[in-house]
Amino acid sequence: MNEFGVKKARANFDRLKAEAAKATDALRGGARVLVGTATCGRSAGAMAVLDAFRREIEDSGVEARVLQAGCIGHCYAEPLAIVSRPGEPSLVYHHLTVVTARTVAKKLFLEDDPCLEFLLGAVDQSEIFPTLADLPRFGREQRRLLRRCGLHDPGDIMQAIALGAYAGFVRAIEIGPGKVISAVRESGLRGLGGAGFPVWRKWDACARQSDHERYIVCNGDEGDPGAFMDRTILESDPHAIIEGMLTGALAIGARRGFAYVRAEYPLAVRTLSKAADDARKAGLLGNNVLGSGFSFELTIAQGAGAFVCGESSALMYSVEGKRGMPRVRPPQSAERGLFGKPTVLNNVKSLASIGPILEEGPERFASVGTAGSKGTAVFALAGKIVNAGLVEVPMGTTLRELIFDIGGGIPKGKRFRAAQIGGPSGGCIPESLLDTPVDFDALRAAGAMMGSGGLVVLDEDNCVVETARFFLEFTQAESCGKCTFCRIGTRHMLDILTRITTGNGRLEDLSLLDELGREITDGSLCGLGKTAPNPVVTTLRFFRDDYEAHIQEKRCPARTCRDLMSYYILPERCARGCDACVGSCPTEAIYTDEKRRIKVIDQALCVKCESCVLACPHQYDAVRRISPVRDVPPSAPKPQKKA
Amino acid sequence: MRREATIIIDGKEATAEDGSRLLWAILDAGIWIPNLCAIRGVEPPHGGCRLCWVEVEGPAVSKVEGPAVSKVEGPKKPVTSCTRPVKDGMVVRTRSEGVDRLVRAGFEMLLSTHRLDCRVCPGNRRCGLQDIARLRKIPLRGKRLDKIEPDFPLDESRPELGINPNHCILCGRCVHACHVEVKKGIIDYVSRGLRTHVGTFDGAPLNTQGCGDCVRCAQVCPVGAIYLRKRAAD
Ligand SMILES: Cc1cc2nc3c(=O)[nH]c(=O)nc-3n(C[C@H](O)[C@H](O)[C@H](O)COP(=O)(O)O)c2cc1C
Ligand code: SF4
Ligand code: FES
Repeated sequence: MNEFGVKKARANFDRLKAEAAKATDALRGGARVLVGTATCGRSAGAMAVLDAFRREIEDSGVEARVLQAGCIGHCYAEPLAIVSRPGEPSLVYHHLTVVTARTVAKKLFLEDDPCLEFLLGAVDQSEIFPTLADLPRFGREQRRLLRRCGLHDPGDIMQAIALGAYAGFVRAIEIGPGKVISAVRESGLRGLGGAGFPVWRKWDACARQSDHERYIVCNGDEGDPGAFMDRTILESDPHAIIEGMLTGALAIGARRGFAYVRAEYPLAVRTLSKAADDARKAGLLGNNVLGSGFSFELTIAQGAGAFVCGESSALMYSVEGKRGMPRVRPPQSAERGLFGKPTVLNNVKSLASIGPILEEGPERFASVGTAGSKGTAVFALAGKIVNAGLVEVPMGTTLRELIFDIGGGIPKGKRFRAAQIGGPSGGCIPESLLDTPVDFDALRAAGAMMGSGGLVVLDEDNCVVETARFFLEFTQAESCGKCTFCRIGTRHMLDILTRITTGNGRLEDLSLLDELGREITDGSLCGLGKTAPNPVVTTLRFFRDDYEAHIQEKRCPARTCRDLMSYYILPERCARGCDACVGSCPTEAIYTDEKRRIKVIDQALCVKCESCVLACPHQYDAVRRISPVRDVPPSAPKPQKKA
Repeated sequence: MRREATIIIDGKEATAEDGSRLLWAILDAGIWIPNLCAIRGVEPPHGGCRLCWVEVEGPAVSKVEGPAVSKVEGPKKPVTSCTRPVKDGMVVRTRSEGVDRLVRAGFEMLLSTHRLDCRVCPGNRRCGLQDIARLRKIPLRGKRLDKIEPDFPLDESRPELGINPNHCILCGRCVHACHVEVKKGIIDYVSRGLRTHVGTFDGAPLNTQGCGDCVRCAQVCPVGAIYLRKRAAD
């Protein structure tokens, strides 16, 4: 790349950008409907809603375009659509159905009725409508990584460019590799794939290698159960990732890159592949990018469906077509990575952060966050939380703000119990630590970790011991089997936890769990084994009473461990005469106490399937879970069948 | 370019090639430490058995703190010596409370899923596990962990050798021999978690897989998991 190439790239990009602006202005000039059709929207029925909009608009002869967009993060309110008319504020409608979508289309376009009953808010400030910024979560949110998500059609590269895509990369061409690495360094960006390693360090180490065949790899494996941040970005703003990879490739001197996306994300694979094709056609990928003289080819590789394949060395083996087994370090990937060549591997979110750092300058990025963790963090809120979905907050936001102010707290007035942060590698945080800020180091000090950003909220009806067991069962099954501590040690921990949740625990088990947890963390080869005990170790530290109740009293405080609880029909709530539960029971365990005319569960026959709880009419709500089992009050015996 | 490094192992001075893996320097200095998976000269090392622990003091290593990376005194935490590169001035201890704790824990874990029938095992008395038990005085039948009795089927479809995954400790030597030394790739790791074992693709009998008669796998197995059948018979 020489001065001539740099100038040429700038000129070519400016032309592209002007073209994009014209195209989107034309689009913006007319009325349009953007329906969120990422995986989250689709599973809520967005494709039917999209179709309903199309049909209604066609039927009523309105001039409006119906387009697909990604996810704007309000997954709890899906299906969502943003409707814009020239000269009017753009409006977001939520929880749409085929019927309400047709109603909105008809009333808004034909009768100028904004359908306030289905409105979530206006996108921009407005005098007339409530705006999204007025929703409590928006005051705290800061959208940088998700800046374009849900606001454009990821299948149209022109829309992405009009919204700023690739501007940072062109800036990178202008300042050159050395200054790109310095900018990333000044921004303070740390890897968002979990470990929080400074991004510039890896880039710098790779750029210094003597071998000139180098690779950049995007980690889109996202194997944590409950996490979907990376999927959303892949599906909603793929050009942000391509831009990050291009810029990284320029900085380290790579001519080839791989984006590794798990095969369970077919829409993400399709969207990213289409985006790469579009970028290639626009001259942004392939030989002589934008005429600059710099060339970069991107290949999309599909994951092998194993959690461990998210680990960097296992991922690279998997791309090479080998079994995804982590390897020892050194050498680091920056020295010998993919195909034995110097390689940089970054997470989807880390790469999507790169564009704005170069476009707006590293100071802007570093102005948000804490001393040690700069920028924003994206969380997938799930579990017992009112507003499940994706949120992006400045680093330093406390967990309490995240769960209660932004997530809307716990549904049905239940009590908060714990938050599992960082997926199966993370830890369980109790109420007393809710003021911990979102920050790589603070979370690690609390025994959890940022992980990839999954946050599962537990309420009083969730058993923390069972939760720990659940996550360990996952990691145990996903252990690659290579090393002793992870393969065998985690299985012993799992067996002990199973013993405890089924009422067969012994008090010595607790110290053994603690010992094993420490040994596995110290002894395992890779991050999977090293972090696998975290859910157990943290719950043991913060919720020891729960473990002891299971062991000593055979009592599950959340009353959910099946072997330690029973269903019981409260006589005073049971509606005499109502038979709803009787027919629901698959084992015919429910009979009538003829004297009191109430229903009784025969505990010997009950298989704890919960059918009667669901069958009992809401106004009676008579079935209770009771733990320990011995606390179930005696009932009248089952009448003998008459011959 | 070869550079000699001088290091201290258990108070004694030793020399080794700078950047070579520490385990070999220790063994070459005449000090035995447990190790089951390392193969001299093979890079990168397997590092799966997790038994070759030592403690290393200095020189400084990188530490990440916030956006900064600083050099700090090397950790006193045990490290696996087969994966640790030798550095000039390194001070190594092969025994300490921390080392013994991890060696014992790893050994107990291996034994907890190992079929313990030494008397009839073809590996009896030339077994890496028995050596460690004897030299480190760790009982073969530990009390701390429950036994998880393995129940893999044997493959004795070939007259020359047999595979009994119930004895296997997954050191990976046989897989390396078959893939890298004789370049056949007939046996490999199969399955995940505790079901991981060495076997053929889809569990097909060995004699249908084009296995020759090199018996390298049986020669490199440190326990009695892949064995010469003649030997088993006498
Ligand atoms: C078992 C295991 C699974 C992992 N899964 C992922 C994953 O799904 N996505 C990811 O980005 N990083 C994952 N990581 C972390 C990667 O090894 C690596 O640190 C990260 O992708 C580097 O990117 P970053 O520096 O941009 O964070 C995983 C690590 C381990 C040990
Ligand atoms: S820690 Fe677990 S996943 Fe990692 S190498 Fe060891 S066995 Fe494999
Ligand atoms: S010899 Fe070092 S891990 Fe096996």
